[in-house]
Amino acid sequence: MTAIALPSGVKVVRRRPPWLRGTSLVAVVSIGMWVIVALTLPLWSPHDPLEPIGDRLLSPNAHNWMGSDALGRDVFTRTLWGARQSLPISFVVIVSSVIVGTVVGAVSGYFGGWLDTVLMRFVDITMAFPPILLAMAITASLGPSVRNAVLAMILVWWPIYARLLRSQVVAVRQREHVESAVAIGASRWLILRRYVLPLSYTPVLVNATTDFGQVVLLTASLSFVGLGARPPSPEWGAMITEGVTNFYDWWIAAAPGIAILLVVFAFNFLGDALRDSFDVKDRGR
Amino acid sequence: MPLLLAGIATLVFVISRLTPADPLVSIVGERNLNNPEVVAAAKAQWGLDQSVFVQYVKYMKNLLHGDMGTSFTTRQPVTSDLLDRLPATLELVICALILGVSVGVSLGILAARHRGSIIDGIARFFALLGASLPAFWAGLVLLYVFYAQLGWLPGPGRLDTRDTPPSRITGFYTVDSLLHGDISTFGNAVRHLILPATVLGLGVVGIVTRLVRASLLDEFSLEYVRVARAMGLRERTVVNNHALRNALLPTITIVAFTFAFLITGAVLTETVFSWPGVGNYAVEASRRLDYPAIIGVTILGGIAFLLTNLVSDVAYAFADPRIRLS
Repeated sequence: MTAIALPSGVKVVRRRPPWLRGTSLVAVVSIGMWVIVALTLPLWSPHDPLEPIGDRLLSPNAHNWMGSDALGRDVFTRTLWGARQSLPISFVVIVSSVIVGTVVGAVSGYFGGWLDTVLMRFVDITMAFPPILLAMAITASLGPSVRNAVLAMILVWWPIYARLLRSQVVAVRQREHVESAVAIGASRWLILRRYVLPLSYTPVLVNATTDFGQVVLLTASLSFVGLGARPPSPEWGAMITEGVTNFYDWWIAAAPGIAILLVVFAFNFLGDALRDSFDVKDRGR
Repeated sequence: MPLLLAGIATLVFVISRLTPADPLVSIVGERNLNNPEVVAAAKAQWGLDQSVFVQYVKYMKNLLHGDMGTSFTTRQPVTSDLLDRLPATLELVICALILGVSVGVSLGILAARHRGSIIDGIARFFALLGASLPAFWAGLVLLYVFYAQLGWLPGPGRLDTRDTPPSRITGFYTVDSLLHGDISTFGNAVRHLILPATVLGLGVVGIVTRLVRASLLDEFSLEYVRVARAMGLRERTVVNNHALRNALLPTITIVAFTFAFLITGAVLTETVFSWPGVGNYAVEASRRLDYPAIIGVTILGGIAFLLTNLVSDVAYAFADPRIRLS
């Protein structure tokens, strides 16, 4: 494109999308840093997360920034290693839930009929329970382990996206370009894939971002009640359980708690900004 | 509605059958397995030697009679266990809701009135913070600061150990102690409520602030608000007497659902504060793999949801003349 002469004094300002400005940028950067820590930690980890480094229950000092725990392990190191559990677990849960939710929501919304009724009733039923309680019940029934906790969280989480996507698909299906596609004889799968889904998935993606933080919280909560990662695993929720046992040695629980707070806060902030900029309604859960 | 209830019960039945363990063990407990009479009785009652379908029908029938099996740990019927613990949870949840809703509505109004200003930013920050705090960790921090370090507030539990609980009328220690005229126990119960109610309320503040702010801003763009402002009414009158009434309608629904979710969702807060409620029961149950108890709490969660659904519909009709009069 050739340059258009602008009146003098007018500057072309290339604006970043609103969710990459100001505080949201801080959120994006801090999420990025956690991801980098999680990926590269084995290369530069200050200590071994599972081996004692010296005395037990040291209070924070210049050498052990967050002190040591009841077995003499470095709390700061263990907190960093926690990112290598929470982040991948939450990622798997969110991605799987989005995939399952998208398939169910798309089929339900586009084809309608009795299948739609059955699927959506199932979604209603699942969403009648507090996520933490249902996840606890399923994990306990399957047997406590990280794998089962992940499975339980996916089972609890996908209905949200199914419902969201379905409402979008139902709305988009009515539009004229879909009608024209039907008129020229395009197959139903093609229409769904090419003309309906691309216009429907934004709210799902925006909510998935905010939910990432909530899943980090849920993962830690399940470990905290003894249904997810177990000691000696350096998982944030499990570490806080150890902090409860050593209540007066505050640093043991402080570091993993701050880590959870930072990650969840960043995702919530980013999600909030995304929601504003894509004008997606809060689903209020 | 009955359909949803049946669905909830069915889902719970499916979860209870996920266990690799023999359901017989989860009903009579391991110790009674050698007792043929108990085993035979349980088999007959729950239809365990018959097909899954018969088991399902029997399960539903027992559920309708309020029988949810026997807890391994307490050796009591799960239903009576839950009823024992429900008042403690309700007392906590109601306090948390009062706290969370009053702070949340005020913050929401402030944020909406000063949209885009620093006040709005601060309110938003607190709302997001409330949604991001891990409840179990926040509880620990508050306990450490206000109980262990400053000594201003009492530690975990509903009462000091040297105080005896008031004899049960409603099961709410605050109400019961007042009914007995026991002021010192009342004060003690209230002081024990402050920290857990704050932790639980923080999450509510987050939800309510954002909702009130958003719906107030929606109302502000409507003509009746412009008219009210054009008539020269004070901004406070416009907000409090005109816009807020309409803006609070969606809040009723959300508060009702939050209430339902907190009854069984206060799991983490109750654990940290050793609060002898339903959530604590659920955690103890899942640590010991006490299936009937976990399933019982899950059913209670479903029932709470259905009941509040009903109540919020009624409250909505009451608050919104368009529904009441149509």
